[in-house]
Amino acid sequence: MSHRLDRGGRLIDRTKRLDFTFNGKRMQGYAGDTLAAALLASDQMLVGRSFKYHRPRGIVASGAEEPNALVGLGEEPRFEPNQRTTTTELFAGAKMVSQNHWPSLEHDIGAVNNAFARFLTAGFYYKMFIHPRPFWKHVYEPFIRRTAGLGRAPEAETVDADRYEQIHAFADVLVIGGGIAGIAAARAAAEAGRRVILCEQAAHWGGRAPVDGVVIEGQAAADWVEAQIEALRGMANVTLLPRTMGAGVHDHGYVLAYQRVADHEPGADKPRHRLWRIRAGRTITATGAIERPLSFAGNDIPGVMLASAMRDYAVNWAVVPGKRVVVVTNNDDAYRTAIALHEAGVAVRAVIDARPAARGALPEAVRARGIRVATGTAIRRVEGGKRVTAVELCAQESDGAEASERIECDAVAMSGGWSPVVHLWSHCGGRLLWDEAQASFRPDPDRPPLGHDGAGFVIAAGSANGAMLADTVLADGHEAGQKAAGAKKKSRAPKAEAEEEEPLAPVWMMPARAGYKLRMKMWLDPQNDVKVSDIQLAAREGYESVEHAKRYTTLGMATDQGKMSNINGLAILADALGRPIPQVGTTTFRPPWTPISMGAIAGEARGPLFQPLRRTPLHDWHEANGADWEPVGQWRRPYCYRRAGESRHDAVMREVKQTRESLGLLDASTLGKIVVRGPDAGRFMDMLYTNMMSTLKPGKCRYGLMCNENGFLFDDGVVARLSDDAFLCHTTSGGADRVHAWMEDWLQCEWWDWKVHVVNLTEQFAQIAVVGPNARKVLERLGTDIDLSREALPFMDWREGRLAGMPARVFRISFSGELSYEIAVPAGHGLALWDRLIEAGAEFGAMPYGTEALHIMRAEKGFIMIGDETDGTVIPQDLGLDWAVSKKKADFLGKRGMEREAMVAPERWSLVGLETVDGSVLPHAALAPLEGENANGQRKTQGRVTSTYHSPTLGRGIALGLVHRGRERMGEVIEFRGDGGRMIAAKIVETCFHDKAGEKQHV
Amino acid sequence: MSEPVSALPGARYAGLVKVAEAGLRGMIVLRGDLASKAVAKAVKDATGMPVPETRRIAFGKEAAVAWMAPDELLILTDHAAVAKTVAKLEKALAGEFATVADVSDARAVFTLTGVQARDVLAKACPVDFADFPVGTIRRTRAAQVAAAIWRTEEDAFTLVCFRSVARYMWDLLTTLARPGGEVGLYR
Repeated sequence: MSHRLDRGGRLIDRTKRLDFTFNGKRMQGYAGDTLAAALLASDQMLVGRSFKYHRPRGIVASGAEEPNALVGLGEEPRFEPNQRTTTTELFAGAKMVSQNHWPSLEHDIGAVNNAFARFLTAGFYYKMFIHPRPFWKHVYEPFIRRTAGLGRAPEAETVDADRYEQIHAFADVLVIGGGIAGIAAARAAAEAGRRVILCEQAAHWGGRAPVDGVVIEGQAAADWVEAQIEALRGMANVTLLPRTMGAGVHDHGYVLAYQRVADHEPGADKPRHRLWRIRAGRTITATGAIERPLSFAGNDIPGVMLASAMRDYAVNWAVVPGKRVVVVTNNDDAYRTAIALHEAGVAVRAVIDARPAARGALPEAVRARGIRVATGTAIRRVEGGKRVTAVELCAQESDGAEASERIECDAVAMSGGWSPVVHLWSHCGGRLLWDEAQASFRPDPDRPPLGHDGAGFVIAAGSANGAMLADTVLADGHEAGQKAAGAKKKSRAPKAEAEEEEPLAPVWMMPARAGYKLRMKMWLDPQNDVKVSDIQLAAREGYESVEHAKRYTTLGMATDQGKMSNINGLAILADALGRPIPQVGTTTFRPPWTPISMGAIAGEARGPLFQPLRRTPLHDWHEANGADWEPVGQWRRPYCYRRAGESRHDAVMREVKQTRESLGLLDASTLGKIVVRGPDAGRFMDMLYTNMMSTLKPGKCRYGLMCNENGFLFDDGVVARLSDDAFLCHTTSGGADRVHAWMEDWLQCEWWDWKVHVVNLTEQFAQIAVVGPNARKVLERLGTDIDLSREALPFMDWREGRLAGMPARVFRISFSGELSYEIAVPAGHGLALWDRLIEAGAEFGAMPYGTEALHIMRAEKGFIMIGDETDGTVIPQDLGLDWAVSKKKADFLGKRGMEREAMVAPERWSLVGLETVDGSVLPHAALAPLEGENANGQRKTQGRVTSTYHSPTLGRGIALGLVHRGRERMGEVIEFRGDGGRMIAAKIVETCFHDKAGEKQHV
Repeated sequence: MSEPVSALPGARYAGLVKVAEAGLRGMIVLRGDLASKAVAKAVKDATGMPVPETRRIAFGKEAAVAWMAPDELLILTDHAAVAKTVAKLEKALAGEFATVADVSDARAVFTLTGVQARDVLAKACPVDFADFPVGTIRRTRAAQVAAAIWRTEEDAFTLVCFRSVARYMWDLLTTLARPGGEVGLYR
């Protein structure tokens, strides 16, 4: 059984006991434990079930590579599935539940799959569920969805109880990994005067060295690490980030790091996670190495662990996984585990070494402790169900048909050698080479990811770079730090003493010529249940590319992303294909290194901060007065103002009626207001707009259209000429920023020598439309030095002066067909002006109106709305706006585009008015179908509705629409498809429905 | 005659740093050839200040002048003095290719004070505050909106954004300055 030792444990504080539960069972651990360490200390080796066969799964590793020991952690609203117990710190009150089983971890019905394992081979789902086709959607998929997956997702309506944030940081040298290589690198770079960030995913520094008993500069590794960290902490140019995982390396030296600020103290008033967005000149990946498992039958039975993990648990947390352990290896490093366990009082029954001989210092040290070493030997198979009970041995160079010996034990420590963690090196295109001696891929220093300067911006260091012995690790880390810092003066690297190691023997299968029965019990990926036999089957079925084999078998597609299984899988595939491993290559390493929370990605952007909401100076007034909001770009505009008991429709009808009959007020502040100024302003305006703007006189306004180069209409608005060299361009509310950028683009990139300045003054002004027959009267009541009379300020003129004691511009323009003034005042005066208008307008029943009333009134007049009548494929001529397209100008943006053959074809759809025969309102975007199908097999159509409303002015439904050859078809009745296929007849009419002579706006 | 009002009059918050809405400030955009004598003289006459170097803001008794772009300055004055200053500049620059515009009401202004001001700002802005001495200005973004930031004192920064997103900026800064979110990046 796994248990806690009476003494030792360098990371735990035995004075601080922490209670927790696993599947409701009360357990206890110590501060400093990981969840996995605490579980093992409570003899909870069985922690979950595998994905496909539901086989019992135990803790295998002690770090990020753990494939099995994932749990549901916490309670709503903080419940999270798939939490890796090996990297999560224990906290008081932690509640864990195991995953992927029913009804319980101990008795799982899904385990019946195990009995049919020989039928559930690679690609089983693809082969089984393809026929009959309709079954996929209705039978197979729903069933698979219910049984598949690991943990359950949090409740759908749960709102994350924690807060998250991000931070931007800059460094000359970013070091990822706080083991001895990373520390040496950070120290070297910091001493060269560089700004350094050193981050480490765990809560403690030093990585493996303290566990492996390394001696550095005459000190125990742990002491050396502590002294170095202390020194780094004292340097002003160094930032230390424990509990911070380098998640991804991106172009231009941009690195994301994931800091778990408060995971270990849930409920603390702190951000739970913080995402660091680091711009680093050079990034050093000192990310260490991961031990590989060995492929022998039964290597997935709980109790079989990585040798290094067993050593970690013993030394760091004083936890051992059994009382009688067998170590199996192909290298010297695993002997350290034998020694560590022996010294912790565990009976090491034997070290099984696949190599023909083991004569290095470490094997000899093991033998000296009286531990048996069996060389040239393999584990034939492991016995046990939910727990290891024994191992059978055989010769490594055999087919394993018969066992040579059986050893009873309750745990197996395995080591297949080490693979450098090359993920972060690879994210941005760093290449790998195959290291024959270590039987692993490592970074190719000649092919790093390249930065803007053509130089490599990532440097791998230490074990991540293939340096496996403490002394070379330190030298490599130190050199990387100096290189990254561009240090001119070379300094001495820290020195370590460590035993020499003999070379490993690549062992990809145990025994070497194992038969099928053994092979189909050799797990490569224990989470996804991919075995040696599956990879071999995939190779036989033609999945030769490693990327294909991965997806076909799901090797490495589990939550651990194949950290442990990848290299072994590649080796098996290479062997099956008869190719060398480097030729088969690796799958792609993609960020993040281990999963990061969605909260960290969102940061503070939730609730009111989810997206910026733009507010006009009158926003709060609207809110307090019944505004029913509508989003317009990032603005909110009142759709209408509802009074008590009123429906939206009622409110809109009231607003239109009151405005047409007396007086309405509209907050038009969101309209874009862009000043174009300079000696070449007229020339520039003539290029931007389709019509002539340079001839406009100061004090006058003109409606204009803007097209892109293809001739398609994208914005419109009224232009006012401010002076000889200045224009004020009103744009649509949603288009202001786009138009401003469009202008700057042309000025900066194409017409850079034109003397024109563009200034976006959209937010400088509050703009209020005062609309209706009583508009002039109410303005006169406010007091103004501007003559507002019909003669002095005619339609399409503007004046500047004072109104209600404020500096104001008055534009006599109309989007409703009524007598109408738009008043612009500095935004800080906006609310005061509005209040004055409401007050002075009371005698005329003045009321605010919203965007829907605005839309109805403009549709009654046949005025277009960008985004309704246009959709990026419409040219001004389609909308009957030929009059606003200059025939005189030599050039303007879109001129050539709108002269193309397809644009001048009579077959184009053109804008018409539509009146339903029965007076009803056409549905939004309704289509007018024709018999037959087009070339794409779609129903032919002859028209579509672009705007449709109930007009209170006319007491009937009106619409605008684009209809095939529409303008030639006045009076024709065509049918539109309504809800449920009901056909609605509508007559094609002129686009202007109301006051066709335009008399009302000229009074 | 009404008094103009800022977006969030009197808003105050104390957390990791003090955040305050600074009320209406006079702000004038000047676009033109910053190397020209005419612009230098106009700015000097109107504000008493020279044209600042790239990414610098110079503070005077009655005005401050900030570099905004290779052809753009921002002149800061009392809100009440804007009209007069605009008139002065326009007169001085008549006939020049230069544009003067009052943008005071288009903006919201916030101040952040406290030793953790840089840490709080770094949570929102992709700016290296290690290279940001007093008198530096930077146009950048704060989370999802455009902003300009300058350092007025060792532990004091001013931030301006568009008026329409003043509430967003307020919510952002006060959220990022919430106690518990200490970082210790800039020491």
